[in-house]
Amino acid sequence: MWLSNSSIGRKVVMSVTGIALILFLTFHMAMNLVALFSGDAYNMICAFLGANWYALVACVGLAALFVIHIIYAFWLTMQNRAARGSERYAVNAKPKNVEWASQNMLVLGIIVIAGLALHFANFWYKMQFAEIIGVHDLGAFGPTDGAAYIQETFACPVFTVLYLIWLAALWFHLTHGFWSALQTLGWSNKIWFERWKTIGNIYSTLVILGFAAVVVVFFVKSLACGGAC
Amino acid sequence: MDKNISFTLKVWRQKGPKDKGHFDTFQMKDIPGDTSFLEMMDILNEQLVNEGKEPVVFDHDCREGICGMCSMYINGHPHGPATGATTCQIYIRRFNDGDTITVEPWRSAGFPVIRDLMVDRGAYDKIMQAGGYVSINTGGIPDANAIPIPKPVADEAMDAAACIGCGACVAACKNGSAMLFVSAKVSQLALLPQGKVEAARRAKAMLSKMDELGFGNCTNTRACEAECPKCVSISNIARLNREFIAAKLKD
Amino acid sequence: MANIDSKIPEGALAEKWTNYKAHQKLVNPANKRRLDIIVVGTGLAGASAAASLGAMGFKVLNFCIQDSPRRAHSIAAQGGINAAKNYQNDGDSVYRLFYDTIKGGDYRAREANVYRLAEVSNAIIDQCVAQGVPFAREYGGLLDNRSFGGAQVSRTFYARGQTGQQLLLGAYSALSREVQRGNVKLYTRYEMLDVVLIKDNEGVERARGIIARNLVTGKIERFAAHAVVIGTGGYGNTYFLSTNAMASNGSAAMQCYRKGAYFANPCFAQIHPTCIPVHGDKQSKLTLMSESLRNDGRIWVPKKLEDAKALQAGKKKPTDIPDEDRDFYLERRYPAFGNLVPRDVASRAAKERCDAGFGVNNTGLAVFLDFKYAIDRLGEDVVRARYGNLFDMYEEITDENPYKTPMMIFPAIHYTMGGIWVDYELMTSIKGLFAIGEANFSDHGANRLGASALMQGLADGYFVLPYTIQNYLADQIQVPRFSTDLPEFAAAEKAVNDKIQKLMSIKGKRSVDSIHKELGHVMWDFVGMGRTKESLTTALAKLKEVRKAFWSDLRIPGDANDLNVELEKAIRLADFIEIGELMAYDALNREESCGGHFREEHQTPEGEALRHDDKFSYVACWKYTGEGKEPELIKEDLNYQYIKVQTRNYKS
Repeated sequence: MWLSNSSIGRKVVMSVTGIALILFLTFHMAMNLVALFSGDAYNMICAFLGANWYALVACVGLAALFVIHIIYAFWLTMQNRAARGSERYAVNAKPKNVEWASQNMLVLGIIVIAGLALHFANFWYKMQFAEIIGVHDLGAFGPTDGAAYIQETFACPVFTVLYLIWLAALWFHLTHGFWSALQTLGWSNKIWFERWKTIGNIYSTLVILGFAAVVVVFFVKSLACGGAC
Repeated sequence: MDKNISFTLKVWRQKGPKDKGHFDTFQMKDIPGDTSFLEMMDILNEQLVNEGKEPVVFDHDCREGICGMCSMYINGHPHGPATGATTCQIYIRRFNDGDTITVEPWRSAGFPVIRDLMVDRGAYDKIMQAGGYVSINTGGIPDANAIPIPKPVADEAMDAAACIGCGACVAACKNGSAMLFVSAKVSQLALLPQGKVEAARRAKAMLSKMDELGFGNCTNTRACEAECPKCVSISNIARLNREFIAAKLKD
Repeated sequence: MANIDSKIPEGALAEKWTNYKAHQKLVNPANKRRLDIIVVGTGLAGASAAASLGAMGFKVLNFCIQDSPRRAHSIAAQGGINAAKNYQNDGDSVYRLFYDTIKGGDYRAREANVYRLAEVSNAIIDQCVAQGVPFAREYGGLLDNRSFGGAQVSRTFYARGQTGQQLLLGAYSALSREVQRGNVKLYTRYEMLDVVLIKDNEGVERARGIIARNLVTGKIERFAAHAVVIGTGGYGNTYFLSTNAMASNGSAAMQCYRKGAYFANPCFAQIHPTCIPVHGDKQSKLTLMSESLRNDGRIWVPKKLEDAKALQAGKKKPTDIPDEDRDFYLERRYPAFGNLVPRDVASRAAKERCDAGFGVNNTGLAVFLDFKYAIDRLGEDVVRARYGNLFDMYEEITDENPYKTPMMIFPAIHYTMGGIWVDYELMTSIKGLFAIGEANFSDHGANRLGASALMQGLADGYFVLPYTIQNYLADQIQVPRFSTDLPEFAAAEKAVNDKIQKLMSIKGKRSVDSIHKELGHVMWDFVGMGRTKESLTTALAKLKEVRKAFWSDLRIPGDANDLNVELEKAIRLADFIEIGELMAYDALNREESCGGHFREEHQTPEGEALRHDDKFSYVACWKYTGEGKEPELIKEDLNYQYIKVQTRNYKS
């Protein structure tokens, strides 16, 4: 199967799963933004998704994408390290057009996974997971009261900072991942390379800003209410 | 006029592919600025021979930047600090008095060290043999002007064909990937009508040979493009990807 | 006068090659598989020959000293390749290319060979385009041409400033295909050290193999075949400083010579007019600036001696000298061809000016190549588009910006027209031993025109040798493969080992390079651009000293049975010294001036080369007579039937 036994094939898997995950992030970000305007509306979306069959199917698909993306990432990195040979250069210098993110995608990815774990504990476990297993009191609030969880989490400055670090890592990961995916799929050339890079940077920034806005706004709100954790 | 400079030279020494290597340190005194880097190595070797020691082994030949033989990793860069130049085209005036200059061989599993700074790039020949050609015999060819080729296409093919097969792309790549080399040849021939006929076959054959020989996967860091002495663009890699994916989808 | 058979076919000039091909013997496909051919060298000639022979079905063993066939020094040719396509409709034809080449070679080449070369030149372009060589094109999609020295038509095809590279990569790709198909076996990092001759049943010695050294392991190995082809390039590195690659050498040719192959016209060495001048004693090679620069650059030196002195002392800048004080000496002396005169003429004219004290640079050994006028006429962008890469290269080397200040250039050894003597079939005087490309003496006479080396290398490899070698091999189909255990192989290997042992046991004090530099100085000073009887006699005496220094004071560190770069260089240098002597003998013998060979005693009142056709219209073939002995001269008369021999005139 060329998707596993050729280098381009393996990269295609990374690209396709990566792009799908970017689309998911876009959706998730859009959903989060709703919380800025109306907690009720946000909760309606939470209820709508919940443990319904379509949400579950999407969830399983999403999980598969993540798992494949991560497994391939480790697999590729192992191969690449082997290809580098046993001896390392004594002196290294980074050429100026090489993005820092491009050489540290795995590290960034690991930070993203760590953030994801935190995110699962803070939200998903108490909401969708609670619904799936039918135990509705895993969190302090009801499983569909997402707005309340947001409020609770980002009232805490530690979580706020952790989430912002996570988002920063994700931003770096996305800025490289975006054009890199298109390059791997062959949808690039000398002209489009620069375009994709610009589009990718703008897109990633918008997505991350969307996420970050929710974090920051709720943190600021919590300060205004004098809340603490 | 160029000034003379003195500097410390750290050179990798290694007896054979399986031996453990180490750095030897030499003090180079009063080297004229208009000496090329390889001529500086000649001066060092002349000193070593005069002392009855074994000279540093390194690959070099044309000394005008086209044969692709010279291959030194200088201060963290394949072919040294200049852009668009090979090791033999680097001049000592680029360095400063009192510098420490570190010279290493290409380091990659695909290019085992033969001795000191000389590595075995036979893998590149093998990749070429896998499909880096148009399958024609000698003679019986239609007139050269029978197929017009748009100038921009010919120029782009030439950009890709400028690759000198030195291996700097692999040396620069943190993944030890030979994608820039493979893609340059695949691109050149896929762009031209003469090579298009077997473009799909070529892309598959050359790529699978590259994989088989233990080169890594391209992760689009662009280090290869930045260090390529002939400024071969990674847009060629995109084209190789396109050719390869299309060929696989068709199968 | 002794004469030798060059096997030129009967018939009218234009029909000789056609007739030859129609009547030559061929080898059928089944028999081709049973015949082995050794091809030494992977440059344009070697790679194209190996690829073509492999594609035809012969079993080919192909050797090169570099790590890949693609490194051969053909790769460095910049300017282009000639062909008589007449795509520009400027009056070109096979005959005109033939005529220009003979004339450019100062009437010292064989008519029939040169005509064949011009005849097959067009097929080379077709072949290369089909291989995917990205030649420069016009906006209409058709091939572009440019003009080169010694021609009044635009017949030069080019791929930016990297034509040699692209053509070699084309041949290399064809070769790679044959390796893949199992027809060619490639031996990289192997150096040929001797040719093995075996007597056949009738007592005729035939080339049947080679002894080669594995440069990585140091092991001496034996290889057998039915025929041996030498495509190892020229011997310009005899001068130490040349435009050749560091490893380019004349050793394979000398091994053939010592085994009985004639060495023809060794004194014909081309001195290229546009190289970056020598700058110091640490320099390892000279960098060529493409001849194509002469299309738009104007060559000059100051008119006034005091200006030249001021420039040499660094008190004036070239831009300080007004136009009326500039001597565009090529345009002055040769109005018809101007800056595009052939290389030998341009080189000599530069030397004449420098000898007269008008040279520039701190050494006084340089002239200006000025693009100010081209920039004024065309704009900097056009000049950049045409020559940008060459200008960048110049700036990197010299630290001067040629857009702002004129380039400085000086002649340097570039190409050797002389080489192993071959007949019309490219076979040397040893049966079964062929020589192709720059390694043979071939088609360029006493001077090669620009963009003709690529043409000849590929003509020999693609379109001549694959035919002519069959005429020889057709008689060898009954001969079974040879065992390398035969006594002839053992003897050759022993001789090689003895020589290496002798070299290793000198254990003197001097490095190979230091002696090579000394050889280079002797050659440049006494067998250089201007030669006299006196200088050549001095050269022979000095070469004896160099030879003595080499064999008594050489130091080679390391082990012979291991990778040993100093040993490789030493083996080559031993041969360079012998070639130097051979060149001096030949130059001394040829008491005339022609092409790249200029005997100062023989010049016209205007300082042009003066040929003596009555006495020297021959190829000087030198036969080896033993170590340290004067070689024997054998002459091959040159008969011009289709061209009127005249004095070259590039003035009107």
